[in-house]
Amino acid sequence: MKILIVDDEQDVETLFLQKFRKEIKSKVLEVMFAFSGEEALRLLGEEDSPEVVYVFSDINMPGMTGLELLEKIKSRFSNIQVSMISAYGDRDNYEKAIKSGAKGFFSKPVDFESLKQEIAELLTNK
Amino acid sequence: MKPEKETMSTSELISKITELEEQIGRLKKQAESDLSKLEEEQNRADEAVNDLKVIQQQLLQQEKLASLGQLTAGIAHEIKNPLNFVNNFSELSMDFIQEIEEELDKLSDSPEKENILELLSDVKSNLLKIKHHGSRADGIVKSMLMHSRGGTGAMDLTDLNDLIREYVNLAFHGMRANKNPINVELRLELDESLPKITLNAEDFSRVILNLSKNAFDAMRDKIAAKGNSYKSILAVETRDFGDKVLIVVEDNGPGVPDEIRDKLLMPFFTTKKGTEGTGLGLSITHEIIKTHEGTLEIESELDQYTRFKITLPKTTT
Repeated sequence: MKILIVDDEQDVETLFLQKFRKEIKSKVLEVMFAFSGEEALRLLGEEDSPEVVYVFSDINMPGMTGLELLEKIKSRFSNIQVSMISAYGDRDNYEKAIKSGAKGFFSKPVDFESLKQEIAELLTNK
Repeated sequence: MKPEKETMSTSELISKITELEEQIGRLKKQAESDLSKLEEEQNRADEAVNDLKVIQQQLLQQEKLASLGQLTAGIAHEIKNPLNFVNNFSELSMDFIQEIEEELDKLSDSPEKENILELLSDVKSNLLKIKHHGSRADGIVKSMLMHSRGGTGAMDLTDLNDLIREYVNLAFHGMRANKNPINVELRLELDESLPKITLNAEDFSRVILNLSKNAFDAMRDKIAAKGNSYKSILAVETRDFGDKVLIVVEDNGPGVPDEIRDKLLMPFFTTKKGTEGTGLGLSITHEIIKTHEGTLEIESELDQYTRFKITLPKTTT
């Protein structure tokens, strides 16, 4: 199963790769990274039917925000799940995200246990 | 006919003079009283000007503090992200070392293996320190953000006495469970006829926690200086004051020297050594009381007591 993480902080990639080291090593999970909303859309568009089933995206990014990305993904690839990860656990962004079709809302610092659970659920429902 | 004036007799003249003298006397008295009134007014004007100057300075100070607040909130936000990386990566590395140790267990013993295990244990304890200090910094950042958040929480009708009982107790047990616990007698003198008042219970519980914690810390210092002959007491009192309620938190600790009393409420001012205090506790406390439209006064006598007096309006707008 392939997921895509979108965050403008480059070290997020290292962090995720290490946190999901076992799952990646055993090939249960494949993780891709994009450092902007634009890059994420390009990655998803490169494949005719993208294999990515789940996108986790930061909200606060230069250029396209996570919320804009969410709307674009939802309109173009309706079967991809999207969850937001944001430093601001505020109601405003939460409501906007859920209204635009986000599956979940994780606040920073990311609780990797709940993130792992979310992904594990995905793996069993596959 | 000749004018009357010229025909005045001597006696008439004398009486006229006395009359005039009396008049002058009255006018003089009048002038004197006018003058003293003027002086009074002048004094009042001077006082008003002085008051204005003081208020102006307070406003300036508040303005500075407000911009400092915004600055710290901005900095806190910016520091939060890198700090999360520090904490996450150190935690991850500790997990990895755990795994490495488990793998090494499967190898046969050798001096090299011994050396590796020793080094790994050092690295692990270093990571523990990084995580520990990272979490400490995270705590500071969180209280800085809390500080600048200001009055967004919900105001609800709250039983103040219940809140005080709960949080004085919580502060006490927190102190007992932490390092250097001390014996303290808690005296709660709560006015049970107090009506419920509108406040943000979450924020206001911090006021009670902070003041109690400060009292414990101060009394701990006095115990260290005086030994067992001194019995530490924390007294918390509530009283109904018509349209206001009064909350008094008093300890019989070392007291606050005059020269630092004014600084107590300033952000980042602390008398605690090294890493013990952030200097934000009392400043947050003051901030919360202000958002409740209340006042905070500090009274103290060296070596006798420190008394924090909070007044809160029964209904806030």
